[in-house]
Amino acid sequence: MSPMMQGIITVIVGVGGCVGYFFLSNLILDKVIFPPKPGDKGRNINRAEMVRPWLFLFPALSALTLYLIYPVIGSFWRSLHNRSGNEFIGFDNYTTMFADSAFQTAFFNNFMWILVVPAGATFLGLLVAQLTDQLKWGNIAKSLIFMPMAISFVGASLIWRFVYANNPDIGIINAMRDFAGLAPVDVLQIPFWNNFFLMVILIWIQTGFAMVILSAALRGIPEETVEAAIIDGANPLQVFFKIKVPQIMGTVVVVWTTITILVLKVFDIVYAMTGGNFETDILPSYMMNFMFRDDGRATAVAFVIMIIVLPVMIWNIRQARKEMR
Amino acid sequence: MDNIAGTRPALTWVTNISVILLVIIWLVPTIGLLVSSFRDRDQIGISAWWTAPFPVVQNFAAKANVDAVEERDGMFVIAGNIFAEGGNETGTIAAFGGRRADPTGSAPGDTAELTRDRTLTMQVNGDYVYMSPKEIKRAPSVYFASETPPEFSLDNYKEILTSQGMDRAFINTLTVTIPATIIPILIAAFAAYALAWMEFPGRWLLIALIVGLLVVPLQLALVPMLQFHNKVGIGQSYLGIWLAHTGFGLPLAIYLLRNYMVGLPRDIIESAKVDGATDFQVFTKIVLPLSFPALASFAIFQFLWTWNDLLVAKVFLPSNSESWVMTVKIADDLLGSRGGDWGILAAAAFISIAVPLIVFFTMQRYLVRGLLAGSVK
Repeated sequence: MSPMMQGIITVIVGVGGCVGYFFLSNLILDKVIFPPKPGDKGRNINRAEMVRPWLFLFPALSALTLYLIYPVIGSFWRSLHNRSGNEFIGFDNYTTMFADSAFQTAFFNNFMWILVVPAGATFLGLLVAQLTDQLKWGNIAKSLIFMPMAISFVGASLIWRFVYANNPDIGIINAMRDFAGLAPVDVLQIPFWNNFFLMVILIWIQTGFAMVILSAALRGIPEETVEAAIIDGANPLQVFFKIKVPQIMGTVVVVWTTITILVLKVFDIVYAMTGGNFETDILPSYMMNFMFRDDGRATAVAFVIMIIVLPVMIWNIRQARKEMR
Repeated sequence: MDNIAGTRPALTWVTNISVILLVIIWLVPTIGLLVSSFRDRDQIGISAWWTAPFPVVQNFAAKANVDAVEERDGMFVIAGNIFAEGGNETGTIAAFGGRRADPTGSAPGDTAELTRDRTLTMQVNGDYVYMSPKEIKRAPSVYFASETPPEFSLDNYKEILTSQGMDRAFINTLTVTIPATIIPILIAAFAAYALAWMEFPGRWLLIALIVGLLVVPLQLALVPMLQFHNKVGIGQSYLGIWLAHTGFGLPLAIYLLRNYMVGLPRDIIESAKVDGATDFQVFTKIVLPLSFPALASFAIFQFLWTWNDLLVAKVFLPSNSESWVMTVKIADDLLGSRGGDWGILAAAAFISIAVPLIVFFTMQRYLVRGLLAGSVK
């Protein structure tokens, strides 16, 4: 059976199955388990109402448990075992890993990514949002800067390979160097700085995201505050930094953390640009070196990523709870 | 806020120019890729894509046709056309020369004086005359720079789609994407309704759980879930990747949809319930149709995410070339085996980003709305 046919059948079975499940389970609940019989009509309806939410939630919760909750425990458990998974070795995977200089490089690089990418993307996004909001053709500009969001990390990497290419007739960077009379360099092989050339790609992609959200936040600022500041003689820079930015600080933090989380997941760019060579590995790409080879080591790296994400997760949950009250 | 008091015209100009600059910087890489994908593969490495509309000047070295030598008035002469002899090269001569040290020293129509009293004349169309007072034994070298007009074609696309297997990868990507986009929507919609409009103990806990799961790194799931798939007999297969994408997409789907559904007017839902509608009816007849914008924005997210995904495809699909999706095909195959073949790479990249770009530009409204609902709240 061709995969395409298989796909069509899956869609039909999946959608039909879902609809059928929800319809039938509700029907059975109302007609068979707790039928509103004359005697205890009210009690049965109440009982049915108590069960129904769980009918609605069941498929989603089981998928979440299987694909996201169990793996946290499963990965941790697996990381305590050796390569083939048959021997419990405690935290040996972690100790070997922390001693591995490649891991230290990846960890350090990832740390730089976390510092630079969210800051760069948020700053540029804020700048673009503020500038385009004042223009008539601002929406077109926004749409064009937002465009890289639709491009895959692999596609973006390829696009930037052209920019960074060694040949001055292909790469713009080396064309400029050529113009200035300098010899071409492979920017992806310059130690330390090559990391920044990779970060540029993710900033290029994420600026649009930051811009969209920050632009909406900027528009939500009450105009009186801005007008009052202008009447009091504030210049545009003061209006922006002292009046507008403080009012959207909450959104800035949300954008910042969202991009931070993304940085910890993206392995594609490093993988497609350098394959982790020339000391450009970050944790997600470092993990892929062990995937399919040493699952113990791979899960240990994944768990380290999880621990780095944990503070953000806790903060998010607390924010969400605050809003619900 | 564009007509607020205190805006200065000079500042508007600065703003305009800086935004134009930013947009250019943002677009240049993509335009380079697009232009390169239509260019002749031989021209890409020789002239930059930003000079693509202009003719390409290329230097060649050839040998004069020594078999055609004839004696005229005591001189040994070779006459011929360098393009005709060189095979399939065409173009116009920009410059020529007869010595390696000075390959482009003479303009077409001139006569170049060479060593040992030899001369070489070459015309714009490639006709040349090589003269020597003594017998010519070995074929003499001739150097020239020829100008080829810019060539744009779909050859790169043809090649990548027919002989490189990108067509297969495209279909594979489509196969992964469609079920992985549709199935989570329904499951999430029901769960979101329960979390938004049904009262039950533990509801807040579940919402907090969803918010927490939003940021769980996917990497954690790779090893345990692949093991699980192998154990239950799914293995590395399309079914496996559909399930995986469904699982990974659910937290965002539920979160987005719940946020949207909570904002629906309470009166509509309550009056329907008063009129005797069950939750199932309220959901299918009222909430689901009203939530269309949120459903659309999640569908776009999930579509872009699954279409562009590399990690999940690498892990949950078999690693043979028949089941490569486009991202895997580019990253694992083309970048390695055709690393220097820029025309092919550009065409492949553009095929892989064309569909997301179309979706992006036609449905941008929903995408923006979804982003806002997912982050600002």
